[in-house]
Amino acid sequence: MVNPQMVMYEEEFNQIQAVVDRLVREANAKVVFIVDKNGQLIAASGEVDNIDTTSLASLTAGNIAATGGIAKLLRENEFATQFHEGENANIHIQLVGNRVILVVIFDSKSSLGLVRLRVRKASEELSRIFEALLSKVQEPGGDSPFAEITDEDIDNLFND
Amino acid sequence: MAFINKAAREINCKIVYYGPGLCGKTTNLQYIFERATPESKGKMISLATETDRTLFFDFLPLSLGEVGGMKTRFHLYTVPGQVFYDASRKLILKGADAVIFVADSQEARHDANIESLDNLRTNMQETGLDPDATPFILQYNKRDLPDVESVDDLNAALNPRGVPSIEAVARTGVGVFETLKLTAKVLMTDLRKKMGSPT
Repeated sequence: MVNPQMVMYEEEFNQIQAVVDRLVREANAKVVFIVDKNGQLIAASGEVDNIDTTSLASLTAGNIAATGGIAKLLRENEFATQFHEGENANIHIQLVGNRVILVVIFDSKSSLGLVRLRVRKASEELSRIFEALLSKVQEPGGDSPFAEITDEDIDNLFND
Repeated sequence: MAFINKAAREINCKIVYYGPGLCGKTTNLQYIFERATPESKGKMISLATETDRTLFFDFLPLSLGEVGGMKTRFHLYTVPGQVFYDASRKLILKGADAVIFVADSQEARHDANIESLDNLRTNMQETGLDPDATPFILQYNKRDLPDVESVDDLNAALNPRGVPSIEAVARTGVGVFETLKLTAKVLMTDLRKKMGSPT
């Protein structure tokens, strides 16, 4: 059975961050981020200080979930790409390996064509990294991040 | 599905508030949002209709301190309670690490509670969650109203598994944080077990 928890290790995190950092530069994007399908932010790069990435992550995942629901009703597997065009900002959303969501926010300094091109390349790299991560998580005998957590720690979680 | 980020030393979990329409799911989240310290909370998002009924979901990110040197972040979601939003409910339930069922204690809502709980069970099975093993907490809300069922009657109707239940008045905050704290505790204990810790 597939371990349902997603564990991110330092090595893969650095690889993912490198892909995201490069995508910001190569696509002339304002912000790039990666979210899992449950809305958890995995990595972000670019002008992230001016943006609420947590809310964006949750809404993007909701958006993908809703679109996936529509796809199912139309007997489509997935709608893997979405693009929303605004007056100043545009957002390109790409489902990668049916597991994570790659989001690129860009303005008039870039173009949809360029973003699509760079996203395609980055998606391939990210697919490979997440596949490797998944098999690593499923390896038996990995050290549990919970090994050092006691009942007392859990009890104390809420003691303000 | 929890997301454990070893690089950032963070544990991210998803808690879903479920229950019939107008039982107080959004009110729970609003109270938590109002009372949580600014450092611990993010923005609350409500995707609602013009009449303030939940259309898709409410979302509130919350940090609850550290366990064993790992930061804990909880993403709280509510589902739309109205019967015809079932497709949306299923989407939001997906990947939940714990579910809180908010029951409306009023006698008049007896059948609505049962129907919603049945719907939860069906939707959990359809989204790959084991209804008998997923961390689950019951909240009996609206205890301040007249014509409420006794806790014994509510337990008999809604709680065959004998999971923890908490009485609440979400509008004034009674039982709101108690419900969340208990859920977080049950969730973390369950997660530790799933991750194969020896203790």
